[in-house]
Order: sequence, then structure tokens, then C-alpha cells
Amino acid sequence: MALLEVNHLQTSFFTDAGEVKAVNDVSFTLDRGKVLGIVGESGSGKSVTAYSIMQILAGTGKIVGGSVKLDGQELVGAGEKVMKTVRGNKISIIFQDPMTSLNPTYTIGHQLMEAIMLHTNRNRQQAHDRAIEMLRLVNVNDPEKRMKQYPYEHSGGMRQRVMIAMALACEPDILIADEPTTALDVTIQAQILELMGQLQKELGMAIIMITHDLGVVAQMCDEVIVMYAGSICEQGTADEIFYNPCHEYTKGLMRSIPTADTAGTKLQPISGTPIDLLNMPAGCPFAPRCDNAMKICIHHCAERMTINKAHAAACWMNVKKGMESGEIVVESTEEGGDDRG
Amino acid sequence: MQKKKFTFHVDLDSFIPASDAEKEYLVQMRPSSTFFKDGVKRLYKNKVAFVSFIIIVLITLSSIILPMIWPYSYEDQLGVRPGKPVDSSYNNLKPFEYGKTEEAMIEAGESVFPHVFGTDASGRDYFIRVIYGTRISLAVGFFASIIVLLIGTVIGSISGYFGGKVDLIIMRIVDIIYSLPDMLMVILLSTVLKMTLAPAIEGTPLASIGSNIISLFIVFALLYWVSMSRLIRGQILSLREQEYVLSARATGAKGSWIIRKHLIPNCISVVIISAALQIPSAIFTESYLSFLGLGVNAPMPSLGSLASQALNGLASYPYRLVIPAIMISLIVLSLNLFGDGLRDAFDPKLNG
Amino acid sequence: MIVAEKKTLLEVKDLKEYFYINTGLFQTKPLKAVDGVSFAINKGETLGLVGESGCGKTTVGRTILNLYKPTGGEIWYDGKLIKTRSDIKAFRKKATMVFQDPYSSLNPRMTVADIIGEPLDVHGLYKTKNERRERILELMNYVGLNSEHAARYAHEFSGGQRQRIGIARSLAVNPEFIVCDEPVSALDVSIQAQVINMFDELQDQLHLTYLFIAHDLLVVRHISDRIAVMYLGRMVELAAAGEIYDHPLHPYTKSLMSAVPIPDPKIARANQRIALTGDIPSPLNAPSGCPFRTRCKYATEQCAESMPEFKEVSTGHFVACHRLAEIN
Repeated sequence: MALLEVNHLQTSFFTDAGEVKAVNDVSFTLDRGKVLGIVGESGSGKSVTAYSIMQILAGTGKIVGGSVKLDGQELVGAGEKVMKTVRGNKISIIFQDPMTSLNPTYTIGHQLMEAIMLHTNRNRQQAHDRAIEMLRLVNVNDPEKRMKQYPYEHSGGMRQRVMIAMALACEPDILIADEPTTALDVTIQAQILELMGQLQKELGMAIIMITHDLGVVAQMCDEVIVMYAGSICEQGTADEIFYNPCHEYTKGLMRSIPTADTAGTKLQPISGTPIDLLNMPAGCPFAPRCDNAMKICIHHCAERMTINKAHAAACWMNVKKGMESGEIVVESTEEGGDDRG
Repeated sequence: MQKKKFTFHVDLDSFIPASDAEKEYLVQMRPSSTFFKDGVKRLYKNKVAFVSFIIIVLITLSSIILPMIWPYSYEDQLGVRPGKPVDSSYNNLKPFEYGKTEEAMIEAGESVFPHVFGTDASGRDYFIRVIYGTRISLAVGFFASIIVLLIGTVIGSISGYFGGKVDLIIMRIVDIIYSLPDMLMVILLSTVLKMTLAPAIEGTPLASIGSNIISLFIVFALLYWVSMSRLIRGQILSLREQEYVLSARATGAKGSWIIRKHLIPNCISVVIISAALQIPSAIFTESYLSFLGLGVNAPMPSLGSLASQALNGLASYPYRLVIPAIMISLIVLSLNLFGDGLRDAFDPKLNG
Repeated sequence: MIVAEKKTLLEVKDLKEYFYINTGLFQTKPLKAVDGVSFAINKGETLGLVGESGCGKTTVGRTILNLYKPTGGEIWYDGKLIKTRSDIKAFRKKATMVFQDPYSSLNPRMTVADIIGEPLDVHGLYKTKNERRERILELMNYVGLNSEHAARYAHEFSGGQRQRIGIARSLAVNPEFIVCDEPVSALDVSIQAQVINMFDELQDQLHLTYLFIAHDLLVVRHISDRIAVMYLGRMVELAAAGEIYDHPLHPYTKSLMSAVPIPDPKIARANQRIALTGDIPSPLNAPSGCPFRTRCKYATEQCAESMPEFKEVSTGHFVACHRLAEIN
């Protein structure tokens, strides 16, 4: 059984201007010890998905449908009491901006110990020792001294390590990392990613890595989900997604990234602007920007289709390719021919 | 073979590439809405602020219109007519009460407009005096606010933008003015100005406004701009670092251009809110000055002076104090609530 | 990309920019944001400037445009020294800037037309209102906006569109040289590509020269002819774009290049990362001598004593390192 099963999750924000369907029918599974990357741009719903799993949505957000099962236990609708035992204990999260994630008025030691004492039955001394242990685990040198210092005395990389230490203090099964290195310099990012990879192997925990940086995904993730406007475009193993993208959006993303080969040439960007979630078109949300959009894309959103054992995508182009290559046999449309295969 | 289940008919035609026009129609920009329109919408939703606004409008309109149509005038002592003996039956009438002379007139068939709030000790209709007093209070409050606004904005923006020594000097002056006890200063200035101004403006149109009110404006202009200037300076200090200001500097724009075009327009919401909250404060100041006798010259009524005069006959005619007091409270409360509502609606910081 | 005519357009000589921070009563300490940087940009080329936090790259860009008064050094444009007020005024018509944050670089109270037209207003570049309107529409056309957008306000647009407005604004005075201060860092990947292409096209169309400041190394490689690497206020390496990526000589550049995550799983897994220990020191407490020595595994005593000279080791390839011979 998978560690985390998300099925048809739907989350909306109810604002003055209308309902914003931030997450629109998202399903995926996460196995123990695996690293799952959720890739998307702003507005894609990747962060909201993670917050929905942990049920830490801001004010007007609500899960309006679907299920989230952690180790078989249903979390949607389980209530605050259950969620309190889950958060920090079984699922932990680290955020993007280490500057604002730590409380500037408390020492690092205080915050670490607070996290530990909240979730385990340790007394102050034990929590103190455990905190030092965690700081050593995340390669913070001179941990005793650091414990007494305040967040502003530390750099971004150091603070992010402290965040990771706090998140791992209770040895969770899943670590959700919401753009953990976006605010960091490249060399510091490399250190943090290496640290996360190392910890993941040592502790055997699963990681959900939310990011917009495909380089980070390529480096860290076993499996990848690509999201756009709240829906999953494509999901599969990293190799499959990078070397055999089957959704027009993913293909467009791959073409937009400058690489060693593109120097001196023009990039082939995705045209148009990101979608306004309050003004969603009928049909495929990516259709207005898609160079290969077909008439069917305008009216109907494609369902998730299995490409192979390790890869699924929701794009009509696959159907078209399948028809052209003869793999799909099409019957006439007059009667109600449903099953095609 | 790929296994697929289609749950609806698939029309082969729908696999032709879509035209640009079809894609275009899917996406349209939302109708244009400025910050101001959004703010007004938010304000409208705030019921308390909306009701306060209605009250302010009603009070203002009545203070402008009623004296024009009311049969009684604020300074007209009804019992005193030139050439006739003083008729004291008009004095100290209770609300809706008629004096002896008036009753006689009614029996004779004339119609006498009722005294809604009665009359005062000199036979003047109290209702119209209250309304006129409201007009004075509102006018003073409004104009004093404008003076404070202008001076405070100019000084605050210069201080905030240029920084350095200029800022240092101006802010020390502000500190000094702040540290003066304002009631004492106001009374001192009013007394001095009263003595010097009165002869100076006699015969000019300013005399009709009254030297006291002018001295009041002067006092405000000298003393009350400081909090506005500090507020503006703070705003400007934070706005100065915005990238669009940097861009204007990179273009080569001068300081005055930047202040005018970039800094002040972005402070406007703060300025208006502050001004809206300044008006009740000015009205209150004027009221207590009038109460102390330093306000408007008699016979012009002001809510404060009416309250002061009512103290004499307090036991017998308590309503003469209560009515102006309620009026002041109503005006100040509505303006404060409206100012709060404005702040909630327009202050971008509070809206995240 | 145009092959750059080898005419030097902008030259920076030993530029220094210190900010004085209050450390106590009446005591100040200099924050050496830029500490002796020299380079030249040829007409028509794009020089990429990269580095991490505290390296001073943004400060270099702003000091060139005199947004900060240089503490030391000289700026030469088109063979003339830029020093007096009138020099700077004339220079501002030739050199403009595009900013990083599309959300704070446009005045929320001005319409798009006014934002783009501001440089025209400040320099008095038109005689009639019609002329101004025509020019603004022309500029909007360059960046792919249409007249329908002219009366709208900045907050109604997406990040990518706002950046285009900023670019149109920087073109208003018909500049020859544009400092691009992290212009695509705040944009989504798909929009970044559009804006990068636009920079390319505009360079070809209008014969522009760019100083492209960024921290995204893949983007910089794509758009730059030559790349300069900065660390803690000093320039440590300058070479052609391909050279920097394929044959970096300075130890910092080497580790920087190896730290960049490549969006290709096979390459990413095979990449041998040169890990740097420790954090980037604060510019307030820059190490003596070579600023990189605290994290460099080749550092010796000589590195602590003196700052290595920024010299040309092969054609067009400049490096500042004492231990060059041993490392390579």
C-alpha cells in the first residue's frame, strides 16, 4: 500500500471575486522513501495541493472534494484533533522563505526545542539534547553556540537548515518541501539539496518537492507531477517526463529552458500569459496558449490517459498520435460507440 | 494497444487544430478597475461607515439649507423690536411651547412656526442657533483640516524625500512644537491674536467671520500640522525605496518631479484618511475653545458656546446643554467612524 | 546575435562603491559593496554579470547609472569620462535600466501610457501631445502591447506583461546601452523565455548593448556574449560565455558552474558537484586579501595577504587568482 494516496482532490478559495478552483481533481500516490516532485508555475496549484494535504489552508480555502489517505487513514474531514497528531509528526513541511519562517524574537534553540517538546514526550533536557543532535544531522557546525543565537544572526542557508532540523525532529514519514531553495544562492542551494538527499537516504523518509525549477527536479526527484491551473497535466518517473513528455505544456516548458545548446538561438517559449483562475475557460486550461490546440481541446478537458506503466498524461495530442499510428481504432461517431481500444 | 475508455462521443472533426480566433475568445481581460473603484466598493460594503457617511451628509446639508429657509434667524431676539418695549414672553420657552404673545397671535388666526427646541434667555430660537452653530463648527473643522493638510504634506514630503540635514532640522522643529502644551499655546495665541487682529481686520470682509475664528485658523496653521507631517514623512521614507522611484531617478527626474508624480499620489489614501480623522479633532478643539469663551464672537453661535451659555440655567433647562452636546458627539462620532471605514477600505497595507 | 564590433562603448576603471554603516555612536564602517572592479563592454555585445548575494553586481549596475555616487574609480562612455552633472544628464539619454521586480518597478497610480512616457516628459523629447502619443504607441508595439492597454493600470497586468512595460519605458529615450538588473528572475519559466527572446530581438532591431545582471546561470549563458563573475565586491573571472562554462579557471567559478542544477536527469545524476563548505561571508566582514579564500580548498597564506591581480591569462580571458597555475 502506498504511503500517501491522494484521490480526486479538489480545493477552492472563496473570495470576494468568486470561487477560485485552486486544485481541480488531483490524484497521485507516494511510496515510502521516494521523492516526488510537483512542478508548475505560479497559479498551478502545487503549493495549495501540499497545504491541502496538511490542511493548513489560509482563511478562505476549503477542501471541497476528494480524499487524502496517509497509511490508509483518511485525512479529509478527520478533524483538527487527528490533524494535530499528523502535522509535524507524520508529515512535516518546510517553506520557501527562511527569513520569515522563523520567529525573530526567539532563539533558534527555543524554537527547535518547542517543536520537539510539542510532539514527543521529552523533558527540556532531553529536548535540548535532541535539538543538538538534529543540528548536527543537518551539518550545522558548533551547534551548542547556535542554539543560543537568534535567526537574524544567521544566513539564509543556515536558517533553512534549522527549518529542516525542526521539520525532522520527530522523524516524519513525509517531508513536504515548498520551494525550499528558491530564495537561496546557487552554491547554498546545492548544499541544501545534497543535505536533503543524504537525509532522505539515512532516514528513509519520503519527500514531496514542490518547485518550479526543472533542474532541481532532475537532480532530486524519482517521480514528477506537472501541474497547470490546478490540474495535473502529466505524471510519471523523472526520466519519462524529461525524455518523453506527453503533454503540450510539459513540452513547452522543456523548450523554454535555456541550455548549453540553445545559446545563440531563439528559445521557443510558450505564448500567451498564465491563466487567470477566476476566468477559467471551458475545456483544457492550457488550450489558449497551446500551439497545437485542437477544436476538441477548446470544449473538452482531456482525461488522464495511461501512456505506459510509469507515465500518464491528460492531453488530446496523445489520442491524435495514437489514431495516426493506428494504435487506437476509431469507430464512427453516429451511434454511441464508447469503448475504443 | 492503449486501453482507453471515452465517456462521450468523439467527433473526428474536433481533432483539427483550433484557430487563433477560437483560442482568443477564451481569454479576455477582466474589466478595468482602479484602486479607487475597488476601495469605494469596499467602503460601500461597510455598513457602519456607510451609515456614518449618510449622517454626515444629512447634517452638512441641513446646516447649509435650513438657515436659508427657516423663518427664524439665529441672532434675532424675538422680543426685541426697535421702538417697542421689550417683550419677555418670548424668552426661555420650552420646546414647542408658545409664549403669551404667540398664543395671542394663534388665537387671532395667524400661524406661528413652532420653536422646535424652544428659545434661549434672550428670546432667540434655539433650533436655528443649534443648526447655525453646527454650520460654524463644520466649516471651522473643514477649513482647519485643509490648512493642516497642505502645510503638513509639503513639509513632510520635503523632509522625507531629501533626508539628511534638511530632515534633521525639520524634525527637530516638529519635536519642539510637539512638546509645547497645546491647550496652553492655543489659549495664549488666541488671546494675543484677539487683541491684535480685531482692530487689524475691522472693515474688511474678514471682520464678518470674526477675529476669533481667524485666530483659530492661524493657531491651527502654526501648531497642528506636525502630526500630518510626521505621517507623510514616514510614508515617503518607505515609498522612496520603491523601484519605480529608482527608475524615475535613473531617467534623470528631479526631486520635485518625483515628489509630485510618484510619492504624493501614492500617499493620497493615507492623506485623505488622516484629514478625515483630523476634522472631528478640529471641531472638538473649536468647541472647547468656544466653551472657554475664546471661540466665535457673539452673537454667532457655536456648539461650544451654546453649551457654555446653557450652564447658567442648567437646572431648569437641561436640554439647552444636552442638545449641543449630542450634536457635537454625533458629528465627531460619525466622522471618526467614517474615517475608520475609509482607512479599512483604502489603506493598502491592511488589505494584504 | 550580432558579432560585436570591437568598439568599446562602456569602460569601468577600478570602480569602488562603499556604503557607510553606523556601527556605534559616531562610528561608521564601510560596507565595500564594490571594491575595485574594471571591465569594458563593446558596442552591440551583451556582457553577463553573475554572482551570489553580496557580490555587488546590482550595485555595479546602479553605480554605472549614477544612482549611487561612486566612491572611487571612473566610468567612461563612448570615449568620454562621465563626471559632471551635465555629463550625467547627457549620459542618461544614452543609458537606461530595466529593473527586477515587475511589481514594484511600476507606479501603481500611473497609467501604462504615463509610465512609458515618463522619460519623454522628463527629457522634453516631444513638442505636441500627438507626438508623445505616437511615440508611446510605437514603444508599446516594440514590446508586443497594443493601444488597448495604454489607459490601463499596472496592477491589471501579469508579471511578464509588466516587465514588458518596464522594457518599453527603458527604450523611450532611444538608448544605446541598457543595464538589465535581473529582469527575468521574478518571472515564471515560460514567461522568462518570451522576455529573453524579446531582449534578443530588440538588441538586433535597435542595435543595443546590454549589461545583463542575473543570478540564473542558464539564462545568462543563453543571452551573453561574455560573462563576468563577481564575488564579494570583486570580479574574479571574465571570459566568453562558452569559455566560462566549459573551461572555468577560478575555483569559485568552477564550483558555481558545478552547482547549477541541469534540467536533465542523466546529466544531473552524473554531475560531480564541487561542494563549497560554509556560507558566503557578509560584505561588512570581507576576508582580507582574496575574499574567496575562506571557502577555497586551494587557499594559502599568500591568498590572505594580498588580493590577486585581475589579469588576462589568455585572449579575452581574465582571472584573479594567485594559485592559477597549480589549480589548472
